[in-house]
Amino acid sequence: MRLDARVPHGPLEKKWDNFRQAMKLVNPANKRKFKIIVVGSGLAGGSAAASLGELGYNVDCFCFQDSPRRAHSIAAQGGINAAKNYPGDGDSVWRLFYDTVKGGDFRSREANVYRLAHLSCNIIDQCVAAGVPFAREYGGLLDNRSFGGAQVSRTFYARGQTGQQLLLGCYQALQRQVAAGQVKMHTRAEMLDLVVSGGRARGIVTRDLVTGKVERHSAHAVVLATGGYGRVFYLSTNAMGCNVTATYRAHKRGALFANPCYTQIHPTCIPVHGDNQSKLTLMSESLRNDGRIWVPTKGGDTRMPGQIPEDERDYYLERKYPSFGNLAPRDIASRSAKEACDGGRGVGHGGRGVYLDFTDAIRRLGKDAISARYGNLFDMYQRITAENPYEVPMRIYPASHYTMGGLWVDYHLMSNISGLFVLGEANFSDHGANRLGASALMQGLADGYFVISDTLGHYLAHEKPDILATDHAAFNETETEVKARVDKLLSVNGKRSAASFHRELGHLMWDKCGMTRNAAGLKEALEKIPEIREAFWNDLVVPGTGAQLNQSLEEAGRVADFLEFAELMCVDALERDESCGGHFREEHQTDDGEAVRNDHDYCYVAAWEHKGVGEKPALHKEGLEFESVELATRSYK
Amino acid sequence: MNFKLHIWRQDGPQDAGRMERFDVSDVSSDTSFLEMLDLLNEQLVSGGKEPVAFDSDCREGICGMCSLVVNGIPHGPDRGATVCQLHMRHFTDGQEIHIEPWRAKAFPVLRDLIVDRTALDRIIQAGGFISVNTGAAPDANSIPVPKQAADTAFEAAACIGCGACVAACKNASAMLFVAAKAVHLAQLPQGQPERDDRVLKMVEQMDREGFGNCTNQYECEAVCPKAIPAVFIAALNRDFVKAAVTAQ
Repeated sequence: MRLDARVPHGPLEKKWDNFRQAMKLVNPANKRKFKIIVVGSGLAGGSAAASLGELGYNVDCFCFQDSPRRAHSIAAQGGINAAKNYPGDGDSVWRLFYDTVKGGDFRSREANVYRLAHLSCNIIDQCVAAGVPFAREYGGLLDNRSFGGAQVSRTFYARGQTGQQLLLGCYQALQRQVAAGQVKMHTRAEMLDLVVSGGRARGIVTRDLVTGKVERHSAHAVVLATGGYGRVFYLSTNAMGCNVTATYRAHKRGALFANPCYTQIHPTCIPVHGDNQSKLTLMSESLRNDGRIWVPTKGGDTRMPGQIPEDERDYYLERKYPSFGNLAPRDIASRSAKEACDGGRGVGHGGRGVYLDFTDAIRRLGKDAISARYGNLFDMYQRITAENPYEVPMRIYPASHYTMGGLWVDYHLMSNISGLFVLGEANFSDHGANRLGASALMQGLADGYFVISDTLGHYLAHEKPDILATDHAAFNETETEVKARVDKLLSVNGKRSAASFHRELGHLMWDKCGMTRNAAGLKEALEKIPEIREAFWNDLVVPGTGAQLNQSLEEAGRVADFLEFAELMCVDALERDESCGGHFREEHQTDDGEAVRNDHDYCYVAAWEHKGVGEKPALHKEGLEFESVELATRSYK
Repeated sequence: MNFKLHIWRQDGPQDAGRMERFDVSDVSSDTSFLEMLDLLNEQLVSGGKEPVAFDSDCREGICGMCSLVVNGIPHGPDRGATVCQLHMRHFTDGQEIHIEPWRAKAFPVLRDLIVDRTALDRIIQAGGFISVNTGAAPDANSIPVPKQAADTAFEAAACIGCGACVAACKNASAMLFVAAKAVHLAQLPQGQPERDDRVLKMVEQMDREGFGNCTNQYECEAVCPKAIPAVFIAALNRDFVKAAVTAQ
């Protein structure tokens, strides 16, 4: 299979304009003749559905929650980057582009990243016009802050709730289109399969989560904006409902899955407190501006932190990275915490935690100043742990947070299946092997507001796809398979809940395919995953029926897909025999533990083709060519 | 810790429903309220029994999905927090806990503790937006917004649409929800052209959905997980009267 990324010709700065000048258009009167399915209602899906509705297309939008406003984009705290250069501190589209490519450790597609940086300014304009209440200065203009190690202040924010405010902005635009009759919203509906016929995406099969009814929906094109797969680790900062089902089902129907081993582990989360824990909570990484991270120098030190004298503490980030100190990038800070805990020096429950200590900052700046900066975060921490971080150091530990991998897409955001488009975290394209802070929101909205409306229009005008009737054989077959799978889940009649298998898989993945990986561990995981999967299909229990609201059934279906997908992740992690960004192979590091990339052999996108459950997938490579930047080694010493 | 739970069970919208008694034991005080229910459900599922259906998603107090009345209080006894942010250390060992769904005519129960809140979406559809198409926006800094107005807009926009305000109100009024959106958009210059129309339409839709009227009890404010102040309802009323008079 030849992977054509369809990157337009011309210099980097002109590629998007060149595409737009040459693209085919759909006549306004003809747009209403096209039906588009959008799955997902977060920043990418919500903005896409709203924008396509405004243009006059007939859109069907699906989400599994009770309202499109609940999508997990809502939980993003920090902010959104844009190369506006309002502070006049030397920012530019080029600089944002370069920072993003470098942050991704040179494993992303240059042209896509440049377009992202280019469109970033339009996003802020759009959001302000829609009423998003960004933080402002006293003169009434927009405020910016620096974020994620950038040397400029380019992050727009709305306190610690930027994702919420951006999502409500596009949710409101979406609801306006629902009222106008352009978008039909299907809530509490879960996509369970993609319908493909003649090499084209023709529609989807869904399950109504209230009535249990399996339904067919056909369209001229299908847009997936279904988020990431971070819950493969069971515990993560993702919402309970986040899952891989939509993208994995599309993968099983022929869509290539790219770079599944690229996952981001965020360094500052509240540690696990016990076996019953369902999810982890992120603490904004802005805390590292004033908090000092340390562990006791001796393992097994059970004294209270305040009783441990200075010379018996190891401020390990300050020691190892004197110039960046506690502000080292996410992947490095996460790995260092793991290393300290693996060495037996971790603190708190199970020894999986490190101190984030504000004592010095409070002494230097006063409690009021710290409260003004981080008051809401301190309150949140105290609410969860019942400890007062003004008096005792916080305890933090890394957690799964974001997944850079996703379905392979070309420059048009179309997968290798004609008519199947993939946006936001669900695709692989913009963040390479590591995502920088405040760039996930940017990508979701760039894809949904500005890219898809042009590239989808071009597809419809150029390819003139027809629409299949929902009684076509392709729909019959897919629906039959979906119903059979639902019945199979209900009929195992074993003893264990889906959650118990999910936890078992999560522990294994966290251990063998988490912050660091090695060949032996990955091979072990590849042996164990099929065993867990087999146990799942022999001993699962799902009470109730398929013809009702049945949360056990929903969960079981998602876990079943994670049990297959996890194998793909490990295969990819094993094949990529280098360290890059969030993918750290222990075999490839310098003497002092830094990642060693191998540009000669691995400067490509690994796009995997499904060959059957338990079969080795086929690897297709898209070579990454960097015309405009030079590949450099990241250094934060 | 051990708890005696009384939980509302209802098989579907047509079922009359009833309270059922459950025991959970060996719960750590650091466990969250919803994790305690997870524990109960896992016991039920392992025994082949149907688990208690309840809504939750982000479990960090921002998505607005969770919606339980705990011992008579929407989101439970901890103020300024959703029920997913509530921890068992707020209860005493052996305590009896009553768990019920949001109760309101406009929020029909779908199953057990899950209710249908699409009425809130329809209120937003009636006018809770600014009519601007993608691509038509001027430069973001071309219209300054006084910081105070932006901060007030944010305070109102922090609403997570959970519906606790409705569940707490003896009239099942959605006034705080409507007020939060109306005030958010009315504070901004971008929201002015549709200000009157928006308020009239949203209030009309609220009435049509079967929500009750506000009688100034402020229970909505007391249970709001984002502490949205009831004074916004006064601002909504002011805008509504002005819009109604101008429209004639």
